[in-house]
Amino acid sequence: MPLITYREAIKQALDEEIQRDENVCIMGEEVAQYNGAYKVTEGLWAKHGDKRLIDTPISEAAFSGLAIGASMLGIRPVIEMMFMSFSYVAIDQLFNNGSFCRYMSGGLMNVPIVVRGPANGGTSVGATHSHTPENMVANHPGLKVVCPSNAYDAKGLMKAAIRDNDPVFVMENTLLYGEKWEVPDEEYIVELGVANILKEGTDLTIVSHGRCAMLSLQAAKTLEEKHGISAEVVDLRSIRPLDEETILNSVRKTHRALLVEENKPFCGVDAQISHIIQLKAFDDLDAPIRRVSAIDAPNFYSKELEDWQLPNEERIIEGALKAMA
Amino acid sequence: MATTKKKTAAVAKKPKAKLKNFATAPINKSLSKDEKIDLYRTIVGIRRFEERSLRAYNQGKIGGFLHLYIGQEAVAAGIVSLMEENDHIITAYRDHGHALAVGMSMNECMAEMYGKHTGCSKGKGGSMHFFAPDKNYWGGHGIVAGQTPLGAGLAFALKYKGLKGCAMAFLGDGAVNQGSFMETLNLASLWNIPVVFVIENNGYSMGTSLKRSSAEENLAHRADGFDMEWEVCNGHDVFEVREVANRAMIRAREEHKPFLLEIRTYRYRGHSVADANHEKYRTKEEIEEYKRTKDPLNVVKEHLLSDGTLTEELAKKIDQEKKDEAEASAKFADESPVAPRSEIQTDVYWEVDNDSEGKLKGTYFFND
Repeated sequence: MPLITYREAIKQALDEEIQRDENVCIMGEEVAQYNGAYKVTEGLWAKHGDKRLIDTPISEAAFSGLAIGASMLGIRPVIEMMFMSFSYVAIDQLFNNGSFCRYMSGGLMNVPIVVRGPANGGTSVGATHSHTPENMVANHPGLKVVCPSNAYDAKGLMKAAIRDNDPVFVMENTLLYGEKWEVPDEEYIVELGVANILKEGTDLTIVSHGRCAMLSLQAAKTLEEKHGISAEVVDLRSIRPLDEETILNSVRKTHRALLVEENKPFCGVDAQISHIIQLKAFDDLDAPIRRVSAIDAPNFYSKELEDWQLPNEERIIEGALKAMA
Repeated sequence: MATTKKKTAAVAKKPKAKLKNFATAPINKSLSKDEKIDLYRTIVGIRRFEERSLRAYNQGKIGGFLHLYIGQEAVAAGIVSLMEENDHIITAYRDHGHALAVGMSMNECMAEMYGKHTGCSKGKGGSMHFFAPDKNYWGGHGIVAGQTPLGAGLAFALKYKGLKGCAMAFLGDGAVNQGSFMETLNLASLWNIPVVFVIENNGYSMGTSLKRSSAEENLAHRADGFDMEWEVCNGHDVFEVREVANRAMIRAREEHKPFLLEIRTYRYRGHSVADANHEKYRTKEEIEEYKRTKDPLNVVKEHLLSDGTLTEELAKKIDQEKKDEAEASAKFADESPVAPRSEIQTDVYWEVDNDSEGKLKGTYFFND
């Protein structure tokens, strides 16, 4: 299987979907002629032209709303947020109109848009550019959100998101764009709502998503080698819809759970997952559920401190040892 | 008087009424007798429906907010009468008039306000959120100016698909100071999108007069900053509305160009019915003067009586019909059931509502 970058995998998904469906278009700041701020759309404008690759002014509220309006008439816009943090100036459009138009019309319309872009810290760009709002998105019934941790999932989930008839947020990660994974040449889809077990284990379940799932996998290997702990790593892939069964089945097997995410702890995704585990697998637990999240403060600018603030292998191992205690 | 864009000329702050008989303009002269009566019927219908809804609100039958359109009826009635097959319309929360004008029934609208299952949105939207996509009516939106980029999006879709049509995006004078609207003006002009923005300027954004909220009181002038054409007209005469809006709509359809139309109008009631102070931020005399000289219902009636379209007898008959229809809608709403509790989690996700193949994976709803 070819080894390609996360960035290339997303580009392939966009390219293939543009060719498959004439209503798919890509819209955002610098997506066309500049070839993408993070080069995710590189070459697509040259290949598909002005109609399908549309450069926007710096007006997230307007182009998000425009995409929603266009989607009501059957267009399937994929809008890029240069940083998902920039979606905050478009919250009324995305969180009110995007999620509620279907509901408030009693089901008379639907909004098939994709909102994609990097949602991560760890790059020394300060707190305003480092948001991970998958928890906020998931808090709005009507919206869906996925967080691919690798190139294979990024391509498969992107294609599923574009074909979905509801608004889907795809949370990418700038620290993963250049990383490589095996991705098959033949077409495939990764369905929303299906988690992936990255590593099987018997002593502890680590539930994670996005780049943290990869860090958890690394930590699990160290736990095995240095501490003799067999950790199972569940990569959620999709936050809403959520694959509860895979989480619960794993916890029922290992009897211990560590939840790892880059979100801030208060009302983070893992707060909900922790609730689900205690509600549905209470008798299976041998120890309190533990969490490793971003240390609860705005993101630090200075690299050394931000690297410590976000989940890292050392902090995940520390959390795992607490969960095993 | 309609004033057209001239970069050097100042616009009259108050377009003077009756300098021109708009009823004889070609777009209006071409109306058949039945079409003119239909216009009258629409305006009467909106008035009587809203008067009845106000009674229901005061009786405690309607919850939340009730933003009445009374005084502005000729704007929606006039513009909707110009809509063609591929024209679309979207507005804010003062949305009853537009809904009835596109042909939504009083029953489904009244029932929606009563929160009943028979309402146009099954009771999920309420007064501010009427929708009828089958009639090209895309709401009914609650957040000030939030609908304006959606309107541009409808127009974008028309152009993308190569359809000849336009989108009519209505907003109030309070909405012009929202960032999303100004961003949208720029996008629409930059991309040559066939959208007509219609500012229904009733002079007050809730309790704040135009003078106290907008540095430039000639709201249409904002189009200049985005190299967009604009025009200003009065909103009390349905024939003036039609004459001026028609030009903007033709231009949008033919040339794929946006347009900013400012229509000077007036609301008789408060911002919403809860706004009991509306006679404190404006005088009673101001309200009475508008009603006496510019009431859109009286104005259209006078036109149609004078050109022989309407007789006093027919006018009275139509009025009674609309009163009866409004009364019947209140009865219908009152007697309708509320939605079953199972409806709380329908219409959230298209994919859940339409899972005919059982392909859904994972949990969509998180209740204990």
